[in-house]
Amino acid sequence: MLRKLLIGTALATSFAFSAHAADVKEVQMLHWWTSGGEAAALNVLKQDLAKEGYAWKDVPVAGGGGDAAMTALKAMVAAGNYPTASQMLGYTVLDYAAAGVMGDLTETAKKEGWDKSVPAALQKFSVYDGKWVAAPVNVHSVNWLWINKAVMDKIGGTEPKTFDDFIALLDKAKAAGVIPLALGGQNWQEATMFDSVVLSTGGPEFYKKAMNDLDEESLKSDTMKKSFDNLAKLVKYVDPNFSGRDWNLATAMVIKGDALVQVMGDWAKGEFHAAKKTPGTDFLCYRFPGTDGTVIYNSDMFGMFNVPEDRKAAQVALATATLSKSFQSAFNVVKGSVPARTDVPDTDFDACGKKGIADLKKANEGGTLFGSLAQGYGAPPAVANAYKDVVSKFVHGQIKTSDEAVTELVKAIEDAK
Amino acid sequence: MSTVAETQIKLTPEHDARPGATVRSRLQDLLPKIVLAPSFAATIVFVYGFILWTIYLSFTNSKTFPSYDITGARAYQRLWRWTFESDPPSSWYTSITNMGIFGALYILICLALGLFLAILLDQKIRGEGVLRPIYLYPMALSFIVTGVAWKWFLDPGLGLEQTLHQWGWTSFHFDWIKNKDFVIYTVVIAGVWQASGFIMAMFLAGLRGIDGEIMKAAQIDGASTFQLYRRIVIPMLRPVFLSAFIVLAHLAIKSYDLVVALTSGGPGGSAWLPSNFMYEFTFKRNEMAVGSASAVIMLMTLTAIIVPYLYSELREKQR
Repeated sequence: MLRKLLIGTALATSFAFSAHAADVKEVQMLHWWTSGGEAAALNVLKQDLAKEGYAWKDVPVAGGGGDAAMTALKAMVAAGNYPTASQMLGYTVLDYAAAGVMGDLTETAKKEGWDKSVPAALQKFSVYDGKWVAAPVNVHSVNWLWINKAVMDKIGGTEPKTFDDFIALLDKAKAAGVIPLALGGQNWQEATMFDSVVLSTGGPEFYKKAMNDLDEESLKSDTMKKSFDNLAKLVKYVDPNFSGRDWNLATAMVIKGDALVQVMGDWAKGEFHAAKKTPGTDFLCYRFPGTDGTVIYNSDMFGMFNVPEDRKAAQVALATATLSKSFQSAFNVVKGSVPARTDVPDTDFDACGKKGIADLKKANEGGTLFGSLAQGYGAPPAVANAYKDVVSKFVHGQIKTSDEAVTELVKAIEDAK
Repeated sequence: MSTVAETQIKLTPEHDARPGATVRSRLQDLLPKIVLAPSFAATIVFVYGFILWTIYLSFTNSKTFPSYDITGARAYQRLWRWTFESDPPSSWYTSITNMGIFGALYILICLALGLFLAILLDQKIRGEGVLRPIYLYPMALSFIVTGVAWKWFLDPGLGLEQTLHQWGWTSFHFDWIKNKDFVIYTVVIAGVWQASGFIMAMFLAGLRGIDGEIMKAAQIDGASTFQLYRRIVIPMLRPVFLSAFIVLAHLAIKSYDLVVALTSGGPGGSAWLPSNFMYEFTFKRNEMAVGSASAVIMLMTLTAIIVPYLYSELREKQR
């Protein structure tokens, strides 16, 4: 009886919906780009959608940050109440896709030519089981040096091409009484720097084997030990007060000229911009010595959920607008990253952005575009965090030698798999 | 409902007042239960229900999302192995040893300091009304505020050390918050600063409740002030110790936010408490089973400490 009633109601409702046949002209968006430049950049997307008649609705997140947003998303999905799209990182997209809650944008992707324009390495995260489930918004890259030009001129330094050059440069800065290396002693910052150190020490092939394929032989190889030794060398050049410092404070040290250089992803450029500094005259951006031609990336994605039929049109509009060349250019100029498709003109970008775009293209064509393990694009979160633990314990002295570090790394990754 | 009952009484006042009266008295009996029922149900579901659910999850292989297939005690096996990995310390080893250090020092220092301040304030001094809220005020702050304020104060490049250097004491050195071996003690400092005023207020209330006649009698018998407190006052404060201990024990167990705000985990994760471990594994590392297992172990540890203590204290009272 009750069942019949329920079915009846369901039928009636669905009939009512199909009778209306009107699409919901609204995108519900879960994201944590709420402050400063990022919010301004996202406004471009809102306006693009408004032109097509779609209203933008933020899904509120208590607490603001990415962790809080992911917890909120988990709850929404568990309740069956999917947002149109959510800002997502790396393996999270694949986790949700495996749980079968993501939508399918393959048709749109074909029409818009995403297969050809989005780098293959990125498609690993935006395509699941042959279906497009997410729209990449940008590509960040982590193997960068950010240098204060005034300090560089004062100590008479030049662009370091090898790791030894880099050490020599840091020595010069030390002799001149400047803090050579600005680092924030939080595990993700240390591990992000270590990504570059591994690439520089072992080369692209080794990086891929160790940090993406998690090949045990590579992880416990002498090259890995040497990477840890090189990291130990770098850590000698930080100030004693580095532990626990936020990344943007470390960037501020370089901006103010208290420190010479920071090893950080290209989101650091946003801080230089906010301080009204221009590349080439106030600051310099070089690839981490010995890593030119290779790009270690991470990327923000808009994961597209399997929403009801009447909201699909809005979702397609959102995805199309996200990967449109105009938005990709406008957004990434502000954000400091580079477009997630390789056919966007670089005219509006500054010198660092232009280099970033060219590097990405080259790395994509040469097969040297690799996911950052520290940023969660090399392996699932459990492994990535185990890796960050080991690197951080090595930097802060709980793990004392590179031999021990390598053993611990293999054990921790094995544990987390 | 009650109006219905009343009208019934009015309708049949002389014939038979009993059915109405029964409805009314029944209602009166039921009323407390009805009023309590929603909160009772909420407690059953949201506290005990979720405790059971957490225990269940700890025996599954849940990763990002809960999974419902029981796969055995692998999560516990891993925690057990990590318990003995001290060199280099595993995150779990760090968390539980920190819990021991932090819990013991935090509770002991808070009790001692709270009692000491309460006794001082109880000497019928002038301005007690001003002093009491000053000590009590830190409790009104959230852990986050306490953590951030102390983070700045203890930062060698920003707070105490920097200030003293500027004043000319350049050999002064205090960098515990940046030191992997000492960072947990800074958490103790901030925690004690926050809670000891509240514990003081509890002891003060206890002291005020002690009959003045007993004190006078002891003084007449020639007890010194020290003896008076040692032999009479402190033993009489025993129920306050019980309440204070329970308040402090649960504050210690859930000091997650203090650690995050003060140290963001400490150098190389050296300031972690089991609560940080639980959050980190459940929500950031997508190892929900391990996170649940650690939560269950936290619950069992707390039970193992508090239940015998409660039992002995309450049995004593009955005697």
